[in-house]
Amino acid sequence: MTVHRIMGIETEYGISSPNNLGINPTILCAAVVNAYSDFLFPGRSKPMRWDYYVESPFNDVRGYEVERELADPESWTDIDIGMPNLMLPNGARFYVDHAHPEYSGPEVTNPRDAALWDMAGDRILDVAAGMASELTGNLITIYKNNTDGKGASYGTHENYQVARDVPFDNFVKHLTPFFVSRNIWAGSGRVGLGQESRTSGFQISQRADFFEARVGLETTVNRPIINTRDEPHADPNKFRRLHVIVGDANMSPAMTFLKMGATALVLSMIEDSALDLAIDLTDPVLEMQSVSRDYEFAHELQLTDGTSLRAIQIQRMYLTAAQNYMANKPHDAMTQEVLNLWREVLDALESDNESLVGTVDWVTKKSVLDSYRLRDDLGWQDSKLKAIDLQYSDIRADKGLAYLMQRNSMTTELFTDLEVERAMINPPEDTRAYVRGKSVQSYGQSVVGASWESLIFQISPDEPLKRIGLPDARGYSATETAHLFAKQDELIEFVSNLEQLINEQH
Amino acid sequence: MTEQNFEAAKSAPTSADDDENAATTKASKQVIVPDISGILDQIDAVLEKNSEEFVSGFVQKGGQ
Repeated sequence: MTVHRIMGIETEYGISSPNNLGINPTILCAAVVNAYSDFLFPGRSKPMRWDYYVESPFNDVRGYEVERELADPESWTDIDIGMPNLMLPNGARFYVDHAHPEYSGPEVTNPRDAALWDMAGDRILDVAAGMASELTGNLITIYKNNTDGKGASYGTHENYQVARDVPFDNFVKHLTPFFVSRNIWAGSGRVGLGQESRTSGFQISQRADFFEARVGLETTVNRPIINTRDEPHADPNKFRRLHVIVGDANMSPAMTFLKMGATALVLSMIEDSALDLAIDLTDPVLEMQSVSRDYEFAHELQLTDGTSLRAIQIQRMYLTAAQNYMANKPHDAMTQEVLNLWREVLDALESDNESLVGTVDWVTKKSVLDSYRLRDDLGWQDSKLKAIDLQYSDIRADKGLAYLMQRNSMTTELFTDLEVERAMINPPEDTRAYVRGKSVQSYGQSVVGASWESLIFQISPDEPLKRIGLPDARGYSATETAHLFAKQDELIEFVSNLEQLINEQH
Repeated sequence: MTEQNFEAAKSAPTSADDDENAATTKASKQVIVPDISGILDQIDAVLEKNSEEFVSGFVQKGGQ
């Protein structure tokens, strides 16, 4: 059952207001999040806040804590700067992360749910931006991408709960070559080479140029392939939350599914010490960029033992290891689906990658770009191609090119519209996101604050706020708490029952 | 599509310019431009008109 583990995706979106180019983006972000807040909680006097009590962004998994003063202020993610910060009815977090609206999906237990709640996030951003555009009288546009091509990059982060007792070095050793090569199918494509697109050309990954270190705590400068942030949001003795910043945003849900599923399989093998691949890259940072620029898969990555491997060979080695690992273990249909898709994608990349148009984002994007290059005789420096690159990730259904292809039945679909709509307003049922989401659904006006691990209720104006801790990421799920919501009690009754239920468990 | 095939497609005779004929079989050396060519006019219709302005206007602050 190894694609199953607690996981989740956070996406920072690009944001713009074409008729107000000089405007401070933080203001745009606030408008978008506030519009959605007003929609969910009409007439609310005080906005919902994030409960920062448990944030620890300076804890490095390597066993020390960085002094706040030494840390880049951009990393002070534990401070409430007065921007709107919502816990949504579907258990997700929706807030302003500096200059980007961020949707952090609820904790789920499997890659399909991860992709579903991620897609729900795109729809929420679209709705919120539409509302904000109307309210402000200025069009606000949102892009699910990772760079402006002018030196700025922002992330799509994957989170995986892993066992604490695995030496972190094992993750570094085995994940580095996996992540460096993963872009050959997970990348979303980019027109322009170099952080500021100084060289014209096409590359497979949006993010590759922005990685400058092998391992590290930072996320905004000197970005590392393996991030060492240690904020488990769960029992720190049992679990780590592996925080992966290296991936591109995907418009294709099949790629989000495969990204989360394949990575989960690799993590299981690491946890079980079942990986004996000795792929020690001489210069992983350089190779991230080389792999990204090599969409014909000829490039040989150099290993410290003097040998070399192509990116696709590295991916094959991980896939083969995963297939062997699962061969004599009982596993479910979803795990098999991940293995099958991984194999199909690698096979197609090596033979006829046109069959991946509509499935692998960079292949899809490049096929559109190539059609325009052909028809209009354009070179890679042409702004029309950069416009296509950007508009591919526009999240408006009537403007985004990924959605246009979907309407033409050219894309691999995982979910019905109804499923996605449901995921916009309902939480997953098998993690603590359930109790948070349902609490906001049923008692939202009284939820004054929340975090992944807590809910803060205002029971009455003259009483102190009531904080309920939710330390178990798999806990307080539908099985355990649905009956509390079904009763439709008054808030005070509900909170008392919830507290009692949690106390009985711990 | 490989760069070689793309270049071959670009310098091919007029059939390469004809959207309808672009979706041919693989018999010829020109690799198909996939069905995309059939939706180019739909894409044309939604693409931002002034691509230079659109692209240069999209400026972001760094995030995580």
